[in-house]
Amino acid sequence: MKQFLFRGGGQCLFALLLAMHSVGLLYAQSPSDAAFLTSIGALCNASFDEKGKIVEQIAHSGYPSTQSVLAAFLDDRVYCRNQDQKIFLIKPGPEDAPTVALIDPLTLKTLGTASADDVTKVVTNNHLRRVLQTTLARFGLSSSKTSVRLQAVKDMERDLNEGNVQLLRERSALETNWRVKKEIAVGLALADLDGSDAQARLAAIATLKGSMRQDVLNKLQALVEKSPDGTFAESDEHVRKAAGAAIQSMESWRSFYSGVQTVLFGLSLGSILVLIAIGLGITFGVMGVINMAHGELMMLGAYATYVVQMAMPGYIGSSVLVAVPVAFLVSGLTGILIERTIIRFLYGRPLETLLATFGVSLILQQFVRTIFTALNREVKTPEWMSGTLQLNEALSITYNRLYILIFTLLVFAALLMVLKKTRIGLEIRAVAQNRAMARAMGIRSEWVDAITFGLGSGIAGIAGVALSQVTNVNANLGQSYIIDAFMVIVFGGVGSLWGAMVAGLLMGVVDQLLQPYAGAVLAKILVLIALILFIQARPRGLFPATGRAAESQ
Amino acid sequence: MRLKSITTGMLLFAMALIFSRSARAQNDTIKVGVLHSLSGTMAISETTLKDTILMMIDEQNKKGGLLGKKLEPVVVDPASNWPLFAEKAQELLEKDKVAVVFGCWTSVSRKSVLPVFEKDNGLLFYPVQYEGEESSKNVIYTGAAPNQQAIPAVDYLMKDVGVKRWVLEGTDYVYPRTTNKILEAYLHSKGVKPEDISINYTPFGYSDWQARVAAIKKFGSAGKKTAVVSTINGDANVPFYKELANQKISAEDIPVVAFSVGEEELSGLDTKPLVGHLAAWNYFESINTPANKAFIAQWHTFIKNPKRTTNDPMEAHYIGFNLWVKAVQKAGTTDVDKVIAALPGLETPNLTGGIAKVLPNHHITKPVYIGEVRADGQFDVVWKTSTTVPGQAWSPYLPSDKYIVADWVTLKCGNYNTATKKCSGQNYK
Repeated sequence: MKQFLFRGGGQCLFALLLAMHSVGLLYAQSPSDAAFLTSIGALCNASFDEKGKIVEQIAHSGYPSTQSVLAAFLDDRVYCRNQDQKIFLIKPGPEDAPTVALIDPLTLKTLGTASADDVTKVVTNNHLRRVLQTTLARFGLSSSKTSVRLQAVKDMERDLNEGNVQLLRERSALETNWRVKKEIAVGLALADLDGSDAQARLAAIATLKGSMRQDVLNKLQALVEKSPDGTFAESDEHVRKAAGAAIQSMESWRSFYSGVQTVLFGLSLGSILVLIAIGLGITFGVMGVINMAHGELMMLGAYATYVVQMAMPGYIGSSVLVAVPVAFLVSGLTGILIERTIIRFLYGRPLETLLATFGVSLILQQFVRTIFTALNREVKTPEWMSGTLQLNEALSITYNRLYILIFTLLVFAALLMVLKKTRIGLEIRAVAQNRAMARAMGIRSEWVDAITFGLGSGIAGIAGVALSQVTNVNANLGQSYIIDAFMVIVFGGVGSLWGAMVAGLLMGVVDQLLQPYAGAVLAKILVLIALILFIQARPRGLFPATGRAAESQ
Repeated sequence: MRLKSITTGMLLFAMALIFSRSARAQNDTIKVGVLHSLSGTMAISETTLKDTILMMIDEQNKKGGLLGKKLEPVVVDPASNWPLFAEKAQELLEKDKVAVVFGCWTSVSRKSVLPVFEKDNGLLFYPVQYEGEESSKNVIYTGAAPNQQAIPAVDYLMKDVGVKRWVLEGTDYVYPRTTNKILEAYLHSKGVKPEDISINYTPFGYSDWQARVAAIKKFGSAGKKTAVVSTINGDANVPFYKELANQKISAEDIPVVAFSVGEEELSGLDTKPLVGHLAAWNYFESINTPANKAFIAQWHTFIKNPKRTTNDPMEAHYIGFNLWVKAVQKAGTTDVDKVIAALPGLETPNLTGGIAKVLPNHHITKPVYIGEVRADGQFDVVWKTSTTVPGQAWSPYLPSDKYIVADWVTLKCGNYNTATKKCSGQNYK
């Protein structure tokens, strides 16, 4: 053991000697070594402003390891050793590891390890990280990866100083990819707007006209803005005119797309409403059971997602997909259990059903609290569901909302298929329309009741999977959505799945259209008032059920 | 027959024994009330505070208790139900006759128990940052007043980050509304135009953030540096931060500074996309002082989980408990009036290397720290005040409160108008 320790120590010492040796060698070759070391050495006790200046210094030093040091700095991997105030990079590793592996900032070779208590991180802040990003972008400009180059150009656009513009011009001549080329053109045009050549400014506006970016618009608006003393930021009248025209066309496009955006938001909110309502559309709409525990069945689905994620920790991405059938089964079987033990004795007695299922909802909530505690459970969002799909410069939708929208349509289509094309669907419809006649035809109506309720409950479970991605998973999850679900069904017309679809999407869009003017709370109130008025005029909803069966109800 | 009487006698003897023991127990202990929700929506935050006080009591008992007596915690659960807070407070003060109560988190729960504490002359240590505009004889506010959190945070953004445009985003209840009222007045006094301030409220537990976040993004892209001041409370923060990450609002573009998000709230989130967003507190777990290290180690041992975080309200309870112990030692009794009289002027070290001193207005001195979220869910301190800041009960930025001061030492009043020289009761308004 002792020997081993000694050997380990010996290795360390050897590495250190080697590093010192190589430092010495490098120093002999390039005199900027000492300057580089002094520059970064000052990071130990520098204020944020001083750190920014040091970054500038390092960036201009042209030292071979500059890029790695700056990248490590951006990554929070630059540390100061307490005993001698020397700067080291550390190897990426677990955050709470007791030791860290030190890397020499000059040679980028590993120097051995140090206790985490013996080194102090050189802290960055937002401004410093922005400086580091734009500085590092200069290195990224010559990367072989298109995406890196594109990001580099975008980063450099934030700071169009002379050096950056020069670099962009040089790159523009070499660049082959059209997207990067276009981005560079925008960046150069933005720089040209500040130039003294009126002709160049006109050309820049022509280049920028097609863009819909907010920062471009801001820049153009600044040109035509009249200052209090009656002068304009832009002296040339032709340029002002061109800028004015460009602003007008950009603004009209932007307001068009912001309308589209609002509708998209509405559809995504609506799709959640549809998803939580169609399960209820089966149990309440088709069977006529007022199931107050519907929300808790959704909650069970959300908890099923959580349990599935716990069970397969390495596969967050696929766990959500696995959770869909699991949640369907869990909620569906719970639904069948509720139907067999409680609801079947209460058919035709809506008030008693309401009270009994309300009791069930409380039991389920407490059940979940007992098992999972009253605290929120965190359901992780898979990688493929995070981020935004950028449709164009003014229009985007987040992936999780997009997938929920698609998912809702799939579930809806699947449900319609089951009801219209399968034998069990036929039997469900038959029992709903005329129970006595269906029984006379040899359909086991009790069995069909159980299956129908199970189907509606299972879909509630699936909705729970989707909800786990947009809201907090806790025992009260169902309560916050049950009212919305009933509203959608009543608005759409009891018994009509298409009604639920149209009603849910419509309510979502109206809510989002009102929200910018009225705020979240008032928008919801307005939607509710509109709904009450609508029900006064058309008590059977948007798509009332027709035929003899409906009239006999 | 004889057997029966013997057994009866033994039973009586046993009962007498138990009675005398319990009576002795009552004389030998000092009861400490703990009034924190252990269930319901606030349980996530308040359970930790209950454990903190239990830890402090445990430690004090190991040191031999207080005035030669052991401390005995009396824990009740007001279940995140505001009226129940008042009932439980009454139970603690009238039935259990506790010497002191440590409790409450939301302002609405504090407002609910306030009349009870004033009627029964109890003593409450309130550990959470709050909106100010209050000073009660029976409450010691160990959390931050607006001038110890909100105002310095806005100052930092204005001076060091260069923010020109402000979104004040809050949950719809008393703390965010009052804080935003003060902040709005403050920003106006600094020359910020009304069109550069956007104020919005959402309900508790709100989750459909896409439109709000898109609106913030739009408001923030008008060419002036924009920041969001968030007084969003409770679990609505989780979907809010998720949506910020999804819509790729980075802290470098639009920083969000939060007053109610700490280490505990972030522990359930993937914080990598949130790096650089800010929080203003009087304590961060990452602050490296010997006292803080010892406190964290003590907490991990007590809670038997080395991954549990510490946070600002926990430090406030640490300070509050130590202040109460010192006041009792100074007064030589647990009598509420004498302890309250002993409190102003008392000092105790806080966990970040400074001194917390009780002021005549029943607030304490605190340092202010601004931290940026790191990838591991902790905060890096990027700004701090050079000294501790004394808490102001009444904000000088609200025109209605300009002349109001609280002073329980010389003026004996929580709401004294220096212009009219009148005391408008303890909790006027």
